[in-house]
Amino acid sequence: MGISIELEVNGASVSKEVEPRLLLAHLLREELGLTGTKIGCDTSQCGSCTILLDGQAVKSCTVLAVQADGSEITTIEGLANGEYHPVQQAFWDNHGLQCGFCTPGMIISCVDLLGTNPQPSEDEIRHGLEGNLCRCTGYHNIVRAVQDAAETMNG
Amino acid sequence: MAGESNGAGVFGSSIRRREDPELITGRAKYTDDLQLPNTAYCTILRSDYAHAKINGIDASEAEALDGVIAVYTASDIADSGVPGGIPVGWLLPDMVIPEHFMLAKDTTRYVGDGVAIVVAEDQYTAHDALELIYVDYDPRDGVADPKKATEDGAPLVHDEAPNNIAFDWEIGDKEMTDAAFANAAHVASLDIVNNRLIPNAMEPRAALADYNSITGELTLYMTTQNPHIHRLLISLASLGLPEHKIRVIAPEVGGGFGSKIHHYADEAIAAWASMQTGRPVKWTATRTETYLTDAHGRDHVTHAEMAMDADGKFTGLRVDTYAAMGAYLSTFAPAVPTYLYGTLMSGEYDLPAIYCHVYGVFTHTVPVDAYRGAGRPEATFVVERLVDEAARVSGIDPAEIRRRNFVAPDNFPFQTQVALAYDSGNYEGALDKALETIGYDDFRNEQAAAREQGKYLGIGLSTYIEACGLAPSAVVGSLGAQAGQWESAVVRVHATGKVTVYSGCSGHGQGHETTYAQIVASALGVPYEDIDVIEGDSGVMPHGWGTYGSRSAATGGSAIASAAEKVVDKARTIAAHLLEAAEEDLEFEDGNFFVKGSPDQAQSLPDVALQAYLAHNLPKGIEPALEATSFYDPENFVFPFGTHIAVVEVCANTGHVELQRYLAVDDVGNVINPMIVDGQVHGGIAQGVGQSLYETAVYDEGANLLSGTMLDYAVPKAHFLPSFETDRTVTPCPHNPLGVKGVGEAGTIASPAAVVNAVVDALSPFGVAHIDMPVTSEKVWNAINN
Repeated sequence: MGISIELEVNGASVSKEVEPRLLLAHLLREELGLTGTKIGCDTSQCGSCTILLDGQAVKSCTVLAVQADGSEITTIEGLANGEYHPVQQAFWDNHGLQCGFCTPGMIISCVDLLGTNPQPSEDEIRHGLEGNLCRCTGYHNIVRAVQDAAETMNG
Repeated sequence: MAGESNGAGVFGSSIRRREDPELITGRAKYTDDLQLPNTAYCTILRSDYAHAKINGIDASEAEALDGVIAVYTASDIADSGVPGGIPVGWLLPDMVIPEHFMLAKDTTRYVGDGVAIVVAEDQYTAHDALELIYVDYDPRDGVADPKKATEDGAPLVHDEAPNNIAFDWEIGDKEMTDAAFANAAHVASLDIVNNRLIPNAMEPRAALADYNSITGELTLYMTTQNPHIHRLLISLASLGLPEHKIRVIAPEVGGGFGSKIHHYADEAIAAWASMQTGRPVKWTATRTETYLTDAHGRDHVTHAEMAMDADGKFTGLRVDTYAAMGAYLSTFAPAVPTYLYGTLMSGEYDLPAIYCHVYGVFTHTVPVDAYRGAGRPEATFVVERLVDEAARVSGIDPAEIRRRNFVAPDNFPFQTQVALAYDSGNYEGALDKALETIGYDDFRNEQAAAREQGKYLGIGLSTYIEACGLAPSAVVGSLGAQAGQWESAVVRVHATGKVTVYSGCSGHGQGHETTYAQIVASALGVPYEDIDVIEGDSGVMPHGWGTYGSRSAATGGSAIASAAEKVVDKARTIAAHLLEAAEEDLEFEDGNFFVKGSPDQAQSLPDVALQAYLAHNLPKGIEPALEATSFYDPENFVFPFGTHIAVVEVCANTGHVELQRYLAVDDVGNVINPMIVDGQVHGGIAQGVGQSLYETAVYDEGANLLSGTMLDYAVPKAHFLPSFETDRTVTPCPHNPLGVKGVGEAGTIASPAAVVNAVVDALSPFGVAHIDMPVTSEKVWNAINN
């Protein structure tokens, strides 16, 4: 009953035989040990499981592992390349996180947001993050972090 | 950005958090991220009915499913010989305490009550098996509204609690208060529903239990704010294992807001299942499951009145509250609507007569317990809404009526009529700063001009106080707590001068590792980088009471400061011996001991530490090594205060409320890390604004939870909120070594009243006196049009 899939995760080739119903989030966490991707809900609201699938931010709890066959995936573990990604750095510098649980998904969404809109207004940032919930920060410092990262990336 | 370095200047600096590199890279491990070899997975079948008799359970199909290891019910737990209880930890006089077990025995009392346990080889199978358990329920009527639950004929949650009343509690002087109302020139009166909330820490609760049947030791990794409390309750009430054989570890914990204080059945069930199966067992709640099991917050129905003289001076406050307890008494639930609520009724005001009466009421709902603020947001909402209503009925400006009634700055300590003694404060100072920043006088002109054009602007004040830094142990003991509330710390200076600090608090997003290191760096004069902070493991640190009630700086930080002081005292004795000087002649500056006037001949703390460990040349009677333990029991609560102001625009056509500005001027005493303090304020405000505009847990008439998923419950998103303006005044706490108060709950306590006061102010042309939370467009539209 297993289905063979091949994909690239954080630059490494992965071949797996998976149950058809296995969620991509569970493939990453349980089978590949990439627990940086979090699961915070069961209705696709919270965004904690957000990853980049072929460069696009998606909620990995809403993608079947078999649907990711042949794709390239970047998780929070694959974002830093020798040094922190500017978005990671900006989250640290601006106290854009507290408990850290939403942070991997939030950072990935911010990377996607700045990829499509390099100079977002505050309003565009707030609406751009509507798929990611944070209960600790009130989003105030997350918005500052995105503004800071945008400045760095445009600089 | 301040440098992450050493010296006394570290205290008070916005140092970036040392916690963050692991969190921003996905390396940090939360409970569900942990893997132990041969782990089995546990799921829990939950009642679909608010109230039902269980006639029988057929688990045979589930048991036959490939991959299922076992299915258990309440009788299996009873047969195993463990106590199986889930106790309440705060006792009130004459309180009805119903039995509460890890699984429902023959009756379910809320949607979510646990009925059966599945243990399987993997989590998918464990969830599949739940669908194959057939429970023969005999459904009964349920009741969810705390006031209706007390009416004659309402369905009973527990037969031993007539009218569903768990306790009947009062504080203050009824006779004196009634007399104040008899003589009042004006009376303000409000009926208030404080809406039920679901905490929504982003990390769902989870447990990974590993019982070793050879040694009899249980290691329990779990999502906890207080590992030692969980160890104690699991030992005494749930599993009967000796306390010293249980090790509770809090790995990274993804938020709590109170919901991870309480002792629930689920973590004990995972541990019990590990004992039964001889394998590590993991349980992880789905989000929907957290909605059905994490203790909810608030849920009060209140009638409140304020008596005034002709000058708007408050003469009496009378409050009558029905507070939901839910189906069972959760860990600290009875304290929340009583000693954390009634005692706050004086607010910032010199109120000569107060009477507060509370019924704690059983309902067929998820149990209610402490949620960020716990009783104090409810009290502040009552007082601050009533103060605005008093301003309305007396025709006095809301800022002015507050000013007339504040406890004066020279009147501290101030003994209220409801037990608390406020230690310090300058309420007018915070109000003035806030009014100036927001431009209060100009706003009134702008508001009047806008109304001419059919635009409805409103401004709302909340001049709040809270009692936190829980708490003096003897005081809470006399009020019913079955726990102490002191805090522990160990400061261990190693032979090389590096330092490890252990705290009995247990952070879950507050940045303790950074803040506590700042305290120690300042106290010992050693580089900040040379100090590590460890929390959250009952196996490695002295007993502590955990993190909640804005206590971690005031009690945990004070314990650390006290332990550091003991270390310095001992080091001074050794340094004096090494320098052949009298102790009283030594100065201690930037980590160096030297004789006054001779700083070039110094013994540094690392020098002294090395000698302390070598122990070749110690003064007589001094033990080797250099570390100290402190158990700090505070003299009093701490009393943060401040003024929060919300500015809204209400659309009269649609009822939509736009929160345009939100300003917080808080006084939390001395500040260890301003960036972290601001972050706590932001998050607190967001949860309070969430309550006032968006969030509410909804039960239908049959006590079914309608807002049962994250799809149905409005956790605020980024675009629901504005940027926040924050400022401070500083009135140090006079009775702890750091002069700190607490900041974790201030925003949540202050903000609901500020927002609702602003909406009511905006609607004053329509004669609206009150709107219940959450202030949705529908409620506003109805208020305008009815």
